[in-house]
Amino acid sequence: MSATRTSIYRRRLLVNRFNLLVSLLTMAFGMAFLFWILIVLFGNGFAALSPTLFTQSTPPPGGAGGLANAIFGSAAIVAVATFVGTPVGILAGIYLAEFGGDGWIARSTRFVNDILLSAPSIVIGLFVYTVYVADVRHFSGWAGSAALGLIAVPVVVRTTEDMLRLVPASLREAAVALGAPMWKVILKVTLRAVRGGVVTGVLLAVARISGETAPLLFTALSNQFWSADMNAPMATLPVVIFQFAMSPFDDWKALAWAGALLITLAVLVLNVLARTVFRQAGPR
Amino acid sequence: MRLIPAHVPRASRPPARRVATGQWQDAAFERLTQGFALVVLATLAAILVALAISAWPALSAFGPAFFVTNAWNPVTGAFGGLAPIYGTLVTSAIALAIGVPVSFGIALFLTEMCPAPLRRALGTAVELLAAIPSIIYGMWGLFVFAPWFGDRVQPLLQSTAGELPVVGALFQGPPSGIGILTAGIILSVMIIPFIASVMRDVFEIVPSVLKESAYGLGATTWEVVWNVVLPYTRIGVIGGIMLGLGRALGETMAVTFVIGNAYRISAGLFHPGNSIASALANEFNEAADPIHRASLVTLGLVLFVLTVVVLALSRLLISRLAKGEGTRT
Repeated sequence: MSATRTSIYRRRLLVNRFNLLVSLLTMAFGMAFLFWILIVLFGNGFAALSPTLFTQSTPPPGGAGGLANAIFGSAAIVAVATFVGTPVGILAGIYLAEFGGDGWIARSTRFVNDILLSAPSIVIGLFVYTVYVADVRHFSGWAGSAALGLIAVPVVVRTTEDMLRLVPASLREAAVALGAPMWKVILKVTLRAVRGGVVTGVLLAVARISGETAPLLFTALSNQFWSADMNAPMATLPVVIFQFAMSPFDDWKALAWAGALLITLAVLVLNVLARTVFRQAGPR
Repeated sequence: MRLIPAHVPRASRPPARRVATGQWQDAAFERLTQGFALVVLATLAAILVALAISAWPALSAFGPAFFVTNAWNPVTGAFGGLAPIYGTLVTSAIALAIGVPVSFGIALFLTEMCPAPLRRALGTAVELLAAIPSIIYGMWGLFVFAPWFGDRVQPLLQSTAGELPVVGALFQGPPSGIGILTAGIILSVMIIPFIASVMRDVFEIVPSVLKESAYGLGATTWEVVWNVVLPYTRIGVIGGIMLGLGRALGETMAVTFVIGNAYRISAGLFHPGNSIASALANEFNEAADPIHRASLVTLGLVLFVLTVVVLALSRLLISRLAKGEGTRT
């Protein structure tokens, strides 16, 4: 009797130890991939860094060049997408948090927004292609911005709503009691109280769209030369990385690694920045 | 409607005109924000309608057979999307088969085992995996992971698991590192942060009373997690898995680099294949023929409908858990 009891007890302890060890190993598995990717990226990326990256445009195979046109294109397309997407996202977020309540519009918008948040980005690109690019018959930076904007909006909507919900009702009531109309209360009191959180959302949205490649393939396409015309095909870092990495030329591959390093650094810095902004100026 | 009761002295009322302006502005502001909410709401429907219209030539030419035939010949104009649909489903299944247990382990580690000072740092590190752009996964996969996997792991798998009956069929194909299995493994790494963070969040809402009672009865940590925490959070965990699945189905760049771009269906996971997203990324811009283009858009529509259904289920499950939280004691 006591022998079986001890053996059951032993077995339970053993199972516990074993499973916790496996849990530790899964954590190590995740970290191993993170560091493997980062080490490979930094090793290859730093080796390919040079000042000409920022001063010259993408070269033909075998020639010397940089990524200046792609860096500019990425920055311009992401900037336009952010400037258009942010107000749309903030206003829709305000509706969900302040006016919508539990009505059908608010509930279904919330639901759809959560779906759009994870919708495949390549389909967003396809959508912009079918409604805009196919219509005007040329690829353009504007189309790229439209696709990226569609991806950024749900991120901003979600964070704006979540942040506004954290504002205590007493703050709103105090402002209303002073005779302020609701729109002033929202824009000048509640939104201002959570501006850190909203900025975090925008930064996360920018981080998300800066690394997106798939939606740009059918919209901005790419451009081998320097171009500041948003109405023409534009080079962007992710698409250039894609083309160059898939090519058989070693110098193109090296440029792809340099571009990959730049884009990852930008995205990681934006993520860290978003977290610090949130911690310092988040909801109080 | 009178906002201010008549007995309030006139001098202490705000000027009537300003009250009226405020009301008018409020109504306008509410309509404005509502308009933008409706824009977000309409986007989903707009995507479905626009894709359906562009896909129509292919849908009417091939009918339902498009989804069950494997044919992809731009020269003769015969198209059937079974191979990329199959590739999408199989790579996502592999990603879940690896990603779910690993995510569970990570969530268990972060909630039950991790020393408090490390908890936030390690949680952030896992989330960083989600922040790395997918094209970086693709490059790393093509230049580093695939060669290593093809040289070291695939021959090993073939000489061990490949010899087994039935299961062995899965491990056939050229050990080149490029193929369905590699794509599935890279996808699993990409979805781990999504599943793990949902699991961690729902594990944390389990009332400590429940866990403490189990510990009080002498349960081990593993028994508490497996018999108390997991049943309590079942719905949220399934929601998290669906979220990961939704991500895996639509992932484009990482898969495009390593899947091999071949329209074929075979049991062997080492063979190259194709997914809907990688077919689109590789071919859409080169597709000159309208029916070729329409066929690709049809694939995109399939992908979108598939992910929307999966993500909608995920959302419903996660919100059901959040609602049930207060009612269960």
